[in-house]
Amino acid sequence: MALQAIFLLVSAFTLLMALGAVLARNLFHAALFLVGAFFGVSVLYFLLEAEFLAIAQIIIYIGAIATLIVFAIMLSRGMMGPEAGQHNRYAPFAALALFFLFLLVAWLFNIARFEYSEQAVAPDAIAQIGRAFVTTYVVPFEVASILLVVALIGAIMLARERTS
Amino acid sequence: MDLSFLDLYPLGQLFLDALVGMGFTPQAAKVIGWFVGAVILLLFGINLVIGLIWLERKIAARIQNRLGPNRVGPFGLLQTIADALKLLTKEDITPFEADRLTYNLAPALAVFPVLMAFAVIPFADRVIGSDINVGVLYLIALGAIATTATLMAGWASNNKFALVGGFRTVAQLLSYEIPLAMAMLIPVMMAGTMRMNGLAQAQGQFWGLGWYVWVLPAAFLIFLTAVLAEGERAPFDLLEAESEIVAGFNIEYSGMKFAWFFLGFFLNSFVLSAIAATVFLGGWQGPFVEQVPILGVVYFFGKTMFMYYVLAWIRATFPRVRVDQMMDLCWKVLVPLALVLFMLVAIVLKLNLSAIHPVAEGAALLLVNIVVIALGTWMMGRALRGPAPLAKRAFTPEIPRL
Repeated sequence: MALQAIFLLVSAFTLLMALGAVLARNLFHAALFLVGAFFGVSVLYFLLEAEFLAIAQIIIYIGAIATLIVFAIMLSRGMMGPEAGQHNRYAPFAALALFFLFLLVAWLFNIARFEYSEQAVAPDAIAQIGRAFVTTYVVPFEVASILLVVALIGAIMLARERTS
Repeated sequence: MDLSFLDLYPLGQLFLDALVGMGFTPQAAKVIGWFVGAVILLLFGINLVIGLIWLERKIAARIQNRLGPNRVGPFGLLQTIADALKLLTKEDITPFEADRLTYNLAPALAVFPVLMAFAVIPFADRVIGSDINVGVLYLIALGAIATTATLMAGWASNNKFALVGGFRTVAQLLSYEIPLAMAMLIPVMMAGTMRMNGLAQAQGQFWGLGWYVWVLPAAFLIFLTAVLAEGERAPFDLLEAESEIVAGFNIEYSGMKFAWFFLGFFLNSFVLSAIAATVFLGGWQGPFVEQVPILGVVYFFGKTMFMYYVLAWIRATFPRVRVDQMMDLCWKVLVPLALVLFMLVAIVLKLNLSAIHPVAEGAALLLVNIVVIALGTWMMGRALRGPAPLAKRAFTPEIPRL
């Protein structure tokens, strides 16, 4: 009962924050609302006893991605004022794409069967995740690492000073 | 003489039993216990700052051959309380065109992640707020929230110096989080756990003196440097460089809101010292801690205060580094060194040298660490060297082309 009440509260918070991120006139506020939404999602993971996922959510989404978004907004002065428009000429196309995305997700939710088990979470879940990364899922893990390194090198190549 | 009854952990159990005896269900008793524990940690943390500020001022004064606070109370002990009262009575100014909500939210957000860190600090064996299995990652995640708070303060003040301070925050805290995390993961790799209490327990060999700092000095030095930067302390206090950006992100804050940032700063120093003490100096481990568990609290606070003293000592003696030097030190020295050390330690641990001789593994780790320290010294000499000195001639004569 208590857990359900907490779940509802956290979900409401997350949804409100997500709405704020979309509706806020000020871009900086939108980014802060996004941080709040990420935080809410992380609390949901905590409620599911997925501590590692919850912490990873905070480190990656709040610590890295949201901070970089905020940084980018702060650096682009023209976008900071409240006079910056929320829409551009692609808005109708975006609405159309969103409509189809909604249909797709609704359809997926309709046909998906979410399996759940009554088992408690293993106390050493984090060690099991680590072991799975270097045994069963070693190829996807390594591919993801290579992708990140490529992105890193690409960013450095784009940003470096060209000396001809 | 049996002194094992002197222990904090059974006290908590007694409290829970008393609650159950009063008619609460065990679950309700647990929730009440958590709540009481959280309030105790909160009050402890905030009141601790009064002592920490006094201590830091006294240490700095002693090092710089001054007296320090000595008027209010014995040894100036009550000086901080007087300062806090003064700050309470100051006018609360919100700058024109400041972003009100963000501006007021930032000081609170700057303190709460630091207070949350108290939840995973083991004060003695099993005397810990919550021994979650991702304790070390949790601490790193809290740093991420603190970064956002500083950024909010810098932007919402509507002041260009505050904004520059905010930019510097992102650059510094984000960069130094990487060596900090890498250096903390090396002891995690050795202990095989991310629980903070587990990390302290793993350092219990040799009568409680088997601390990781003996075999991992390079990791400790990388960690200490990153701690100085993450704690915004000199020589990395670029966020509030008075001579460059006046006071950085908190320039527009006055009265109690400024005090909140101040509180967060000192509390952060204490928390970082406590983490250093737990991860590298064995936390509550020490001689005879098995027989007399209450000694764990003494050892823990002794080590933490020693680390705090070292931080204050560095603050009082070193000049501030430049922005480019700060970035160079992180990306060109600390990050590569941490990565190399991480790989080498992993290889040494995989070799399973302790099967040959119990001390062989420690000796190999120490060797690897000394190599990394030597490498680091050489790299620092290269990376931090300024531009090449000018030639004696101020201009180069034109050489006619033949």
